Amino acid sequence: MRAARVTPSLLPGFGPALGVTLLGLSLVVLAPLAALLATSLRGSPAAFLAAVTTPRVVAALRLSFLLSLGAAAFSALLGLLLSWVLVRYRFPGRRLLDALIDLPFALPTAVAGITLTTLYAPNGWLGAPLARLGVPVAFTPLGIGVALVFLGLPFTVRTLQPVLASLDAEVEDAAASLGAGRFEAVRRVLFPELLPPLLTGATLAFARGLGEYGSVVFISGNMPMKTEIAPLLVMTKLEQYDVAGATALATILLVASFALLLLLNRLEAWAAGGRR
Amino acid sequence: MKAPRSREPRAVRLLLIGLAFATIALFLLVPLAAVFVEAFRNGAGAWLSAVSDPDARHAVKLTLLVAAIAVPVNAVFGLAAGWALGKFRFPGRSLVLTLIDLPFAVSPIVAGLVFVLAFGRSSPLGGWLTRHGIEVVFAVPGIVLATVFVTFPFVARELVPLMQSQGTDEEEAARVLGAGFFTTFFRVTLPNVKWALLYGIVLCTARAVGEFGAVSVVSGHVRGVTNTLPLHVEALYNEYAFQGAFAAASLLTLVAFAAMLAKAFLSRHAGEEAP
Repeated sequence: MRAARVTPSLLPGFGPALGVTLLGLSLVVLAPLAALLATSLRGSPAAFLAAVTTPRVVAALRLSFLLSLGAAAFSALLGLLLSWVLVRYRFPGRRLLDALIDLPFALPTAVAGITLTTLYAPNGWLGAPLARLGVPVAFTPLGIGVALVFLGLPFTVRTLQPVLASLDAEVEDAAASLGAGRFEAVRRVLFPELLPPLLTGATLAFARGLGEYGSVVFISGNMPMKTEIAPLLVMTKLEQYDVAGATALATILLVASFALLLLLNRLEAWAAGGRR
Repeated sequence: MKAPRSREPRAVRLLLIGLAFATIALFLLVPLAAVFVEAFRNGAGAWLSAVSDPDARHAVKLTLLVAAIAVPVNAVFGLAAGWALGKFRFPGRSLVLTLIDLPFAVSPIVAGLVFVLAFGRSSPLGGWLTRHGIEVVFAVPGIVLATVFVTFPFVARELVPLMQSQGTDEEEAARVLGAGFFTTFFRVTLPNVKWALLYGIVLCTARAVGEFGAVSVVSGHVRGVTNTLPLHVEALYNEYAFQGAFAAASLLTLVAFAAMLAKAFLSRHAGEEAP
């Protein structure tokens, strides 16, 4: 038996197809990313460390991580509500509701950005009443959070929906007939099944939020140390010809993306294993 | 599909449905309405003059040009990946699949930055190209490259799982009956995946038209030269030309609508292709 076995061998075209795939992948994705890592490694480790530990960079990274995490958690909660209602209940307007979930996927981020900013600005439709309540949204971290929840919502809904639909409600009935209360049936029977897609959706939302630029940059106000997110700081540094600083921060973001991608693979394997 | 029986009391059910409507209205419907209200704030005439302004027209043309290059490239790559990764098993396959997904996880700003680093004037490759009169960064080629990067996984991630689940029986039958590779591919495989392919193309087109962050880094923001439609929106907005910005944004929103409709239509057909 050969070690490197390609199955099946009856079909032609494996070599050329894999060749096109790997060539495209290398030229478009891997080589440019390698250029980033190479540029980042060209300097000394001390210089890299100094570039990513300035107070402004640390503040931007902390803001990006914390807000993305919070928004992912909130998107998960809303995703749970929306997917439950869309899968389990039948009511007028359900299909429209379901179709609208995809809006943040489809709407260009710059459009989302200027629209949310206009809505939540101190004189906006939603911003004005909120400001009167003493809750300014636009140009504060809360505004960034709103944009990230907007963006993260479809990820959690769309990962939960198929799993929830595949779960047989009869199982809950069985649990109920065996004496479990409704709450206990949900907690013991449903929750273990929903946990993997919930975590997968939240991780997807987190990964997207961490790197997001377009829908956040308008509403954030971009005050250094206060509302400056990491991707924007990369852009700012580049515009100020601080290529080394931009590259160092971008490397941190790239490594985080890669780690999240590996985590997602593990989560998917877990979900597949759990449901066989 | 039969509506599943519900186990919650009626009041709880109505409360949850109400909350779902409120969430969607607040987070999705109100922003959608706001785009059009702001776009038509000064009447249809103002909207028309904003979208037919020469800079806006140039931005539309550039956006269409970029999509016209990025989408076919993506489709060809997706079909090749579908064939190699969907129909065959080989060592390293899952690594290739993970790497294809990478552009989805990478920040658009990082995606733009890598092309500035690779093709900028300070890089060896960029310097060589500049000496030969080819500008990549802060020019149209850079915008195309960045768009191809961010849209890279779209078609492949639709086709690979589908082609994998369809197996190789039909193709093998075609081979046994004497069909060559091209006959097998175009007469057997492609008709089996056409809806999923179109689905991937729709998603890819929507993203290519709307991409902002990555394109923003490489474009250089030269109005009437390297501004795509999303960048035109940003430029107007930053000059406080809000009505013009929202007029251009309304065009992008219509594209998003068309993509959502096409997606809903195609996903029904694509679902039928799964064995």
